[in-house]
Amino acid sequence: MTNLQSPISNATLRPDLQVVADLVLPKSRVLDLGCGDGSLLAHLVRHKRVLGRGVELSEAGVLACVRRGLSVRQGNLQEGLADYPDSSFDFVILSQTIPFLNEPGTIIQEMLRVGKQAIVTFPNWGYWRYRLHLLVNGRFPQATDYPPHWQSDRRWQAFTIADFTEFCQTFNITVRQRVYLVGGQPLKQSWGENLWAETAVFALEKQVNK
Amino acid sequence: MTFPPNSIGLVQPQQFTFAQDEPFRLESGATLSPVTLAYETYGTLNADRSNAILIVHALSGSGHAAGYHAGDDKPGWWDDCIGPGKAFDTNRFFIICSNVLGSCYGSSGPATVDPATGEPYGLRFPVITVGDMVRAQAQLVEHLGIEQLLCVAGGSMGGMQVLEWAAHHPTKLKAAIPLATTARHSPMLIALSEVGRQAIYADPYWNNGAYYAADKKPDAGLAVARMVGHITYLSEESMHQKFGRRLQTRERYGFDFQSEFAVESYLKYNGNNFTRRFDANSYLYVTKAMDYFDLSEETGSLAAAFAHSGHLKFLVVSFTSDWLYPSYHSKELVRALTAVNADISYLDIQSSWGHDAFLLEVDTMTKLIASFLERLAQEENVGLPDIRYKQK
Repeated sequence: MTNLQSPISNATLRPDLQVVADLVLPKSRVLDLGCGDGSLLAHLVRHKRVLGRGVELSEAGVLACVRRGLSVRQGNLQEGLADYPDSSFDFVILSQTIPFLNEPGTIIQEMLRVGKQAIVTFPNWGYWRYRLHLLVNGRFPQATDYPPHWQSDRRWQAFTIADFTEFCQTFNITVRQRVYLVGGQPLKQSWGENLWAETAVFALEKQVNK
Repeated sequence: MTFPPNSIGLVQPQQFTFAQDEPFRLESGATLSPVTLAYETYGTLNADRSNAILIVHALSGSGHAAGYHAGDDKPGWWDDCIGPGKAFDTNRFFIICSNVLGSCYGSSGPATVDPATGEPYGLRFPVITVGDMVRAQAQLVEHLGIEQLLCVAGGSMGGMQVLEWAAHHPTKLKAAIPLATTARHSPMLIALSEVGRQAIYADPYWNNGAYYAADKKPDAGLAVARMVGHITYLSEESMHQKFGRRLQTRERYGFDFQSEFAVESYLKYNGNNFTRRFDANSYLYVTKAMDYFDLSEETGSLAAAFAHSGHLKFLVVSFTSDWLYPSYHSKELVRALTAVNADISYLDIQSSWGHDAFLLEVDTMTKLIASFLERLAQEENVGLPDIRYKQK
């Protein structure tokens, strides 16, 4: 399944974002939801010549994006998606955000209405270190890049790769590609990803009814 | 006179007159002949005339957007944002700003002498629209030898003109920066305009607009109209910060009807000041033009109004405390522009200054506008102007 087109090269991109960047085709149309300071989008515009658009909630994020020369509008995910006509994009990206969503099914289906493919990244709470942490300490593990418990103004829902795979089946979403990372590097094993992978990147598309 | 280091310095007002032979046809069906626009330009046009930016002004603005007129100690109305190294960088771009049709800063308006009678038009001046203002500007831009503007930018009523350019003249520009504005004047905005106009009508010196030869002008009415305006440009928070419940000069309440609160003095001062620089009839015409502004009227929806504007790049900005042109007006605009696939950046800037924020949040605006124009210049291959000829 793993199909990395190029080695992790750009040190400025977070490893999961580099995987996302590798999945995006050159000169495609890309919408990055919750694009933050625009590092991924700027990378895609520069190295893949994509037509990039972003949606970001924070003023600081939007300002940083515009200063990088990106086309980004302020708004939340619902606002960001609802306004776009069907199939406006080739790729709609949502990185590290699914655990925060109230209605992940609705959002991902919206992403697949607006784009041909949706690329999502999330931490795998099935990772063996996380499991061990819970077993040994009796406390929930801290996923990389996630806000500490009770310090975030938004609640999040922990899930594993196996959970997300089931989620995709439930919502009739086809998984086109999966890439797994551990310690920022591609997972070497081709089995047991629910145990060995720390981060997952899924490329999704609409299920074609035959 | 010495100017601040990043000022354009001394600037020269100019005039362009057209429609002498063929009258200018207005949206109302009436005609006007001739038509004069007062304007100024800053910076230098580049070789392929691709670096021109049109700045459009708000209700009480003029063509004097930046720099200093001889003998003046105050610069143009958007000097904070126009000049060498500023948001609209005059080292790089050729900036044009003209006074709108119907106003009183050198462009044709009710105070202009009607060639048919030899007297000022007064209320015989035809009622104009934002669409008419923009078509007149288009004549000026053509006269300056510019086929396509790089960008049109402005706030408030200026923003309406920006949107009018984008919706109805989409081939004449590449980008648009509408700030603190709306695509449709709301009933609340019409109501506020009407209070201002009623104050002018009620002034006995207004005399149905025929006061130009009289000793007294409808200053009291115009001052009240301006006071209403000033209240709408602030926010409750900025009024708390600026004035609180402070008394202007007294130690304690006077229990009389002298103006004693600081906020009263502010309004009175600004109201009176305005009568020295603005014409009451122009106030009627320009506010009426704003009230008629509704881009969705003709097409039924805002997205349909921008059906031919999908190739344009937009930078839309609103301000969180602006209750005159609230953020949701800009968000509605952003939705419509997104639906037509326009390249759009949008930010609702956190500010406590109310509608005035578009003139006051200079730092954030400079970052946004300068970066947006920088990208635009790169993507559109806009060459630098040859400024050797300008150096003295």
